[in-house]
Amino acid sequence: MRDAGLIGEASATSSLRVRTRRNARLREALFALVLLAPSIALFSTFAFYPLIKTFYLGFFRSDPFGLSASYVGFDQYIDVLGSDRFHRSLFTTGLFALFTVPTGLVLGLGLALLAHQKLRGMIIYRTIFSSTVATSVAVASVMWLTLLNPSIGIINYGLKETGFEPINWLGDPEWALPAVSLTTIWLNLGFTFIVILAGLQTIPEELHESAKVDGAGAVSRLFNVTLPMLSPTLLFSVVVLTINAFQSFGQIDLLTQGGPLDRTNVIVYSIYTEGFRNFNEGVAAAQGVALFFIVLTLTLIQFRFLERRGFYGN
Amino acid sequence: MLKQRGAALPDGWSKPMSRIELRNVNKFFGDVVAVRDFNLEIEDKEFLVLLGPSGCGKSTALRLIAGLEEPTSGEIIIGDDVVNDVEAKNRDIAMVFQSYALYPHMTVRRNIEVPLKTRKIPKRERDELIAEAARWLDLEPLLNRRPAELSGGQRQRVALARAIVRRPRAFLMDEPLSNLDAKLRVKTRAELVSMHRELARTFVYVTHDQVEAMTMATRIAVINDGALQQVGPPQSVYERPANTFVAQFIGSPPMNVVRGTLVRDGEAFAIDVPGGRIPLPPSLGPTAAAASRADLLVGVRPEHLSFDGGPVRAQVRVVESLGHERHVICDLSPDEFAIVRLAADEPAPSVGDTVGLTAHPEHIHLFNPETTERVS
Repeated sequence: MRDAGLIGEASATSSLRVRTRRNARLREALFALVLLAPSIALFSTFAFYPLIKTFYLGFFRSDPFGLSASYVGFDQYIDVLGSDRFHRSLFTTGLFALFTVPTGLVLGLGLALLAHQKLRGMIIYRTIFSSTVATSVAVASVMWLTLLNPSIGIINYGLKETGFEPINWLGDPEWALPAVSLTTIWLNLGFTFIVILAGLQTIPEELHESAKVDGAGAVSRLFNVTLPMLSPTLLFSVVVLTINAFQSFGQIDLLTQGGPLDRTNVIVYSIYTEGFRNFNEGVAAAQGVALFFIVLTLTLIQFRFLERRGFYGN
Repeated sequence: MLKQRGAALPDGWSKPMSRIELRNVNKFFGDVVAVRDFNLEIEDKEFLVLLGPSGCGKSTALRLIAGLEEPTSGEIIIGDDVVNDVEAKNRDIAMVFQSYALYPHMTVRRNIEVPLKTRKIPKRERDELIAEAARWLDLEPLLNRRPAELSGGQRQRVALARAIVRRPRAFLMDEPLSNLDAKLRVKTRAELVSMHRELARTFVYVTHDQVEAMTMATRIAVINDGALQQVGPPQSVYERPANTFVAQFIGSPPMNVVRGTLVRDGEAFAIDVPGGRIPLPPSLGPTAAAASRADLLVGVRPEHLSFDGGPVRAQVRVVESLGHERHVICDLSPDEFAIVRLAADEPAPSVGDTVGLTAHPEHIHLFNPETTERVS
């Protein structure tokens, strides 16, 4: 009897303990929810709701007044994603990324390597090289609009002075995309420079010194120490620059408005044209969803590779 | 760690003399003097330890030898050549860094291979040399791992393998044991000594740890404030420190140094110190008198003081037990104190006791209070 009583007491104590633990966990979860609430509210309003709404709008064809008129399910997605116009826009965006990303990266790396030298007055160069990060797209575009102007632009003046034919940079279908790319490279250079310089500063000096003692020259150190150690930073820059390229809008709108002959009609500009000029809300939404998946894929690639960064911890 | 290989060294180990000399070397970083008027000769096949506190310039001196820093003035000589204008890669030396400086993106094999590859040694020969270095340092099972997958001790062995693989004429080591735990440090210390013996190469080793210096060096160079204080075999530096800095930097607990006044005591000499009078041995008195000054600094190591009712009165403040020995801290005056080292089985006084101290006459050191240099 006494044993049974003891067992009963023990089981009551144990169930009390389980309940107390459960309550503590519940309180913890509630507390976490309270802390997360502001972020959840912000993300829900400005990210999740617009995203879901965009998915939803893609299921409706718009009438000539821009209102969602008829539910067509996935048909519109299939039409838009299979259309030549979308493919052309995608191709233009890919070309734009190809022009801007590798060149921007190489220039950013070069400037960062120069500015990483321990020389007197280097801080002035660092400030100059990173200044474009504080320049707005609008200011940069207006500046380059003047520089690229076929009549008064300094670039054409330089070409004429050196015996070359002047180029109608923004009006010539062959040159419009390279000209917009040039502006974008300049615009992104500050960001790329800062990121790569920060990456360079994390490489322990002893690795370079060890390589020096071991017989490596400057080029060998660059390829065997600097670049491998910098690879996570470079990958991060590539992904961010590519995402930027896929999301470029301001400079296109201010410099070429997607023209001439749609040669600079990148995806975001195409979405803008469909949504706000042609009032084709559904088509714009379908293109927006496609862009979302492209950017998502790039982000996943970045996360996947950045995970390997742990490898580099010494 | 290092496998015994006997006297026979593989081909390629017969190298020219690897004597190293720093002649009137100065190194300034702006207004900061890192190395001041350095004159140091390191003999071929010597194990020289540069010893000093943090920031004293010992690592800078090593980096000057390595070619990672350029001297502001003076000459650095390796073998018979002045190497001031010779790049680090052409000095035929290897360096082991405190952090090991292993390339984290490379496997152990590739890390060891780097110095061979940069010297364009053919693949087949490279493989043989790597295998040999790996065998020496027991790294064979780890060759395909990356540094992040190794323990501190294993990384240190990889750094050593990378240093020995190309058979340099001298090894420079910058505090290579400081990242290891105490037990591994003791083990590796002994292994480095046997490595030095087997490789028969010049080793220049930087440390702030006097135990490392005392146990490994054939000679110690003590540095303070960028200047050489004393160079000599460990025992001689310990027994005859050149100045009060060396006296108090080497030895644990440090040497007791107190102010004293030289007096004549009948025919002999003695020193008045706080708490009493220390008679000087006949050999020391005339030397002290020749210094032609009465005020002196008197140094006695803690193990050379004993409680046998001697002439110096002191009051016991603290008794510290370290297990194998005890340190008794005694006040000689309100400003001066002395530490006495006792073996664990020796009777120790109690806190508060007034005791009489005796300094062993043959172990009394006298220093000039102005220059802090040794006068005896």
